[in-house]
Amino acid sequence: MKLKFTVNRRATTLEVTGAERVIDLLRERLGLVGTKEGCGKGECGACTVLLDGSPVCSCLLLSSQVAGREITTIEGLSEGESLHPVQAAFAETGAVQCGFCTPGLVLSSAALLADIPAPSREQMKRALAGNLCRCTGYQKIFEAVELASRNMRREKRRRR
Amino acid sequence: MPAPRKKRTAFAAIGTSVPNVDAVDKVTGRAKYGADHDRKGQLYGRVKYSEHPHALILSIDVSRAVNLSGVRAVLTHADIPGENSFGTAVPHQVVLCSEKVRYLGDVVAIVAADSEEIAAKAVESITVKYKILPVVSDPVEALSPRSPAVHAGGNLCVHQKVRKGDVGTGFSQSEVVLEREYATQKVEHAYMEPEAVLAEPGENGGITVTGSVQNLYSIRRGLARVLALPLGRVRVRQATLGGSFGGKDEAMTALCCRAALLALKTGRPVKMVNTRENSMRESYKRHPYRMKYKVGADRRGFLKAMEITIHADAGAYAAMSPFVTWRSTVQATGPYVVPNVRTDVYAAYTNNCYTSAMRGFGSPQVCFGSESLMDELAEKLGMDPLEVRLKNTLRGRSTTATGQKLNHTVSVGEALLNVTKKGRFLKTRASNRKHNERSHPKKGVGISCSYRGVSLGAEGVDAAGVTVSLQTDGSVVASSGLVDMGQGAATTISLMVAEELGVTVDRIRFLGADTSRLPDSGPTVASRTSFMAGQAARRACKEIVERIRPVASEVLGCPVDSLLFRNNWVSHSTERTRRGPGSRKAGRGRAGRKRLRLGELASLCFARGVSLFAHGWYRAPATSWDERTGQGDAYFTFVYGANLAEVEVDTETGTVRVTRFVSSHDVGRVLNLNGARGQVYGGVAMGLGYALFEEYAEQDGRPSLENFDEYLLPTVSDVPETEIVFIENPDRLGPYGAKSLGEPACEIAAPAIANAVCDALGMRVRELPLTLERVRLGRGLSRKEKRGSAGP
Repeated sequence: MKLKFTVNRRATTLEVTGAERVIDLLRERLGLVGTKEGCGKGECGACTVLLDGSPVCSCLLLSSQVAGREITTIEGLSEGESLHPVQAAFAETGAVQCGFCTPGLVLSSAALLADIPAPSREQMKRALAGNLCRCTGYQKIFEAVELASRNMRREKRRRR
Repeated sequence: MPAPRKKRTAFAAIGTSVPNVDAVDKVTGRAKYGADHDRKGQLYGRVKYSEHPHALILSIDVSRAVNLSGVRAVLTHADIPGENSFGTAVPHQVVLCSEKVRYLGDVVAIVAADSEEIAAKAVESITVKYKILPVVSDPVEALSPRSPAVHAGGNLCVHQKVRKGDVGTGFSQSEVVLEREYATQKVEHAYMEPEAVLAEPGENGGITVTGSVQNLYSIRRGLARVLALPLGRVRVRQATLGGSFGGKDEAMTALCCRAALLALKTGRPVKMVNTRENSMRESYKRHPYRMKYKVGADRRGFLKAMEITIHADAGAYAAMSPFVTWRSTVQATGPYVVPNVRTDVYAAYTNNCYTSAMRGFGSPQVCFGSESLMDELAEKLGMDPLEVRLKNTLRGRSTTATGQKLNHTVSVGEALLNVTKKGRFLKTRASNRKHNERSHPKKGVGISCSYRGVSLGAEGVDAAGVTVSLQTDGSVVASSGLVDMGQGAATTISLMVAEELGVTVDRIRFLGADTSRLPDSGPTVASRTSFMAGQAARRACKEIVERIRPVASEVLGCPVDSLLFRNNWVSHSTERTRRGPGSRKAGRGRAGRKRLRLGELASLCFARGVSLFAHGWYRAPATSWDERTGQGDAYFTFVYGANLAEVEVDTETGTVRVTRFVSSHDVGRVLNLNGARGQVYGGVAMGLGYALFEEYAEQDGRPSLENFDEYLLPTVSDVPETEIVFIENPDRLGPYGAKSLGEPACEIAAPAIANAVCDALGMRVRELPLTLERVRLGRGLSRKEKRGSAGP
């Protein structure tokens, strides 16, 4: 079957069986290897992508499920060379260590901030509980989300 | 995040807080990990695992696999050109099993095919006939003469010992003697990135392997041995590493060899990526320990003797067990002055998943033992846990259990005071007692402390190299034999290069590790990287500076010893230039120029044929060990730390919540505050998982779980607010006085949490992890009970 969907703002058509995992389409057919596979079971969140803006595990998603929908991967979060505020905040606060969980955590955090511009720690915990990180102990991830939140709200105020 | 604080020090770069040099690549998805490397025409490799934990191989039939369309090679032990085994400690770890399988992660055959699917199908079509052998699953029973042998030489992998004074005399002088047994579980590193390698046949008949490897040089040795190639034709390159924690050490040789064998056979690149299930099944774990502690003290609380006997489950292969258990023997008493010590650690082979290096390297287990013991001793003496510790902690010029006289600042007492002051330990303890009498959930507070030998110690050769190449535009390319695996080594080493050459960190490009670029620097383990590679980097930089200084002196018309290298400029500093060389206060040279760009200077040097490249090599100070007496100067220096944990325990469900954590470590000097904080937060989280829920459970050599749905890791909801108090007592041996942090940050978190839980419960649990059952019932449930039988 022909699969038509949007990947990182670009209309994309692929010949598929419908049973492929979306993570494999992204990594192997589209070369978007920023999406990582950590467990293949929806437990670790390293494969998180945004599906119509909401974080999902691309290892649990089949190609037939994304027809007509919009996927954002880590490669498509920012436009051009500039970093998305969440990316910039992760880098600045040192929320990145080995970095394998980072694409997933950045996307989950970006989705959270799109939804709740100034989340509480409890809201962060709920939003990020599906993303495992073994290096950072999560402290600097809180700091990163808080920094991104401040920067994004400041930017928004300035634009008004 | 707190604003990056720059402390008032004599340093420009050291001690600042900088983001990791590779952070932008990682947040954009540009960083390339093992599985992200692809080559044109590559094949996909798969392994055929053993189906039994212990069995003799009668026959391997690959005929059906060979005939499948799309299968390019099917190999068994018969296809190995060199030796079929590797291992630094004991070279018996098998690449492809020939006669016998010793655990479920053993591999009997490998396949390369055009796709993953075909490779998987081919593996399924391989049939192996076995003669099943009785399974050895208990490390104590394994040492009985009646036990079946896992290896031909018997099941004793290693016996390490320490002997100091005479414990008999010590116990006879003791007024209080306690005997306790503690146990820790087997745990998985759970790096987020499963193992992945890509092997490419080289033009010279050699092989290049790129992948998720922590220890490039021992893997290269293993590859050369198995492939029967000279070392010079084997190249190992490290991809960006998605976490390791000791877990992608020498044993990655097996996966590298398998991919390389397939690549050489087919003449095509072969990629092998583990699923999480494969990784959990095959990759080594942290040793479970069973520990018997006997301690004697006088009525005032001073320790007189300690006798410790430990059994470690080495699993199917030796791997790093001899080294891991050696560190355990050295550190088993905890950071205390004990006049009489007798410690024995036995590691036994079993048919369980094998065990080896994991963050802490034999310390998390004994820290749990010694720190639980000190709390129990305090209770018996009617003292508080802080008092009994402070009475016995090592001090300057104290002698350790191995007879080593400490000749540096010993700060375990300082660390204990830091955490107990910040956590208001005694007050909290008293108010918790009152709270617990009438309220729920129960509250508890616990402490722990440790001392830890820096780097490899008397374990082995300890030397490392770094190359630094100053470019003619003033940028720098650096490369290290010790690697970045997510812990931030690239950043820390870059900071040291920045400090020495007077460049800013953004001007430094730190190259990925590659065996063809640098001499064997040993493994990136033992929290030795900042120390060893740091010293090597400084040497390389100093050599370059020595060579370019005369040129600068000539151009600026000032003496060589008044040159200042800072912020990508070289200047003449006639006076103290507080505001730095860019400021007006900078001195003006006789030749009229007051400063020049480092790039300009480098160009001038290049034009004159002055070398801008240097290789720095650093060999660690001497250590010693006498195996016969179990005594020696085990490590050239030590680090000290203490932790405090507060918990809330729901005694109806057994749920533990860690509510607060304080961690204090003497690191000698903080090199990169950002990196140092990350090491502590991450270490605490890993220790929390170890304390409360992580367990790689096996029964009769078969794991009862295979992925993160059942192997539980700490999530963002589980971690406590953590406060850090760094202590900086610069060590005369370390770079800028720095020592180490990665492992100390992890090893004492679990005992602090366990002590807090026991404080809340008013009951001692002597086995990790503190699962719901252990907290609720005081004991674990056996598998039978869980399935609904009546149980004892």
